[in-house]
Amino acid sequence: MSSILYYIICALLIAGVLTGIYLMSKVKTAAMGNLLSCLCMALAIILTLFNYKIISDKLLWISMAIGAIIGILWILRVKMIQMPQLVAIYNGFGGAASAIIAMLILSAPSALSVFSKTTAQLALITGMVTFFGSIVAAMKLSNIISQKPITLKGHQFITIFSLVLAFLMLILSFVFDLPPVILISIIAVLSSFFGVIFSIRIGGADMPITISLLNSLSGVAGSIAGMAVGDLLLVSIGGIIGASGLFLTQIMCKAMNRSLASILLGKTSLASNNAIKEKEENVDEAIQVKDPLEVLREAKKVVIIPGYGMALSQSQFEVKKLVDLLESKNIKVDFAIHPVAGRMPGHMNIILCEADIPYDKLNDMDSINPVLESYDVALIIGANDVINPAAREAEGTPIYGMPIINADKAKHVIICNYDLKPGYSGVDNPLYKKKDGVSLLLGDAKETIAKLVKDIG
Amino acid sequence: MKSLILVIVFVVSTFLGYKIIKKVPSLLHTPLMSGMNALSGITLLSALTTTALSLSLQSKILGVLAIILAMINIAAGFGITHRMLKMFKSGKDK
Repeated sequence: MSSILYYIICALLIAGVLTGIYLMSKVKTAAMGNLLSCLCMALAIILTLFNYKIISDKLLWISMAIGAIIGILWILRVKMIQMPQLVAIYNGFGGAASAIIAMLILSAPSALSVFSKTTAQLALITGMVTFFGSIVAAMKLSNIISQKPITLKGHQFITIFSLVLAFLMLILSFVFDLPPVILISIIAVLSSFFGVIFSIRIGGADMPITISLLNSLSGVAGSIAGMAVGDLLLVSIGGIIGASGLFLTQIMCKAMNRSLASILLGKTSLASNNAIKEKEENVDEAIQVKDPLEVLREAKKVVIIPGYGMALSQSQFEVKKLVDLLESKNIKVDFAIHPVAGRMPGHMNIILCEADIPYDKLNDMDSINPVLESYDVALIIGANDVINPAAREAEGTPIYGMPIINADKAKHVIICNYDLKPGYSGVDNPLYKKKDGVSLLLGDAKETIAKLVKDIG
Repeated sequence: MKSLILVIVFVVSTFLGYKIIKKVPSLLHTPLMSGMNALSGITLLSALTTTALSLSLQSKILGVLAIILAMINIAAGFGITHRMLKMFKSGKDK
């Protein structure tokens, strides 16, 4: 194939992928966008096989078939609450693939150009960090290891030091002529160590940031591996993914009121010590002025604010029943979703869609906040930090300044949380002590909502 | 020269990607992310070429492993994104 033709097809495929992503900005066209990206990927594979005249290599086809079958079988039965760990794991696989390619390039007998040698080592570093970071994140998300942040003594120093050492090796590889096996091993060990130590410190609610960041890294790893082998498609598409991950990371950081640097450098700004002590405070449940059932029956407009607690108790199906019931009584129901609700960007939306709740009821924070006063009831299900008014009022607390959904602006607030413990940030929620206009329905959200449905109906 | 072109392609793609992704609403961030993740399996292309060109048995085995991993990433990524997007239903459709 002539190289000009090859480049033209490459450009078309890149344009196809960009169009596919563009189509993902609207629900109606998103499925088509995904299929278009998928098609472009398939064409890119065939183009590459054809261009390198390796299309008849059976080994490649067999390996691809094995991977495809494993991938498809894997996702058939996944629940939506498991999305974050699934994304983390196969993200890790992408990173591992890039790292392996980098190893193969570095151990090739032929001499490498400075550019190839540098990029291959960079791909090895990013690939290994992505793989180990993702695996640790996935284990945390599926509770194989504790969701709580694990910090070592001098964590920040160790984190930075291991990464600096890895890059130092990269520079040294040009000064000393190390055998490839030794060079690869040292860099791989250092960057794997960094990957583990970096993500082991990140706790539950910081996960959306970690996942976005790892997503970005896997793209960058692929792109750099592409530079090492001189593959245009790989460089370009890897770059697009890197940018997307970084953009999502930015959104998540903003929504959590944290800077990316503070997360990367291992600062956990979250207060954990003042959290546990105060949880024993008595809340006199007898003081409830209004019966939440009455409040719901009399309401005209209800806004439901779900948090990860709803997902954990898998109560989205009960919530759907409640929505149907309220709507049958001519009550308007909307949802308000905080950007970091859940364990990955947009997680809460798909959990609600899983229960057949129409997506046009799902409002983001910025569109719902200005009109919250018009709602008679704000029904909070398993959410805490994202509705905590302390973020507006309590200066000096870790969540001060974090954008929240102003649930307390609604005429009445009903909170269906498991208990009265502070959320992940460890900051007490003043709503819990407010008696006027707030009802607490404590316990497992699934049972609470099921009971609500029974009592109202 | 060729290295320079590759770096330029990287910068331009990053910029374009950033512009386009900004338009995606938070409602669709999870499918966007898993779709992007599927695309990051594009590293398969380099796995294919390096495996085909590698000579030793060791390299072949590593290469096959890379192909399988990248392909799992692609198949699972696109598959789950598709499944997710199918769940999005509009209230007006009923």
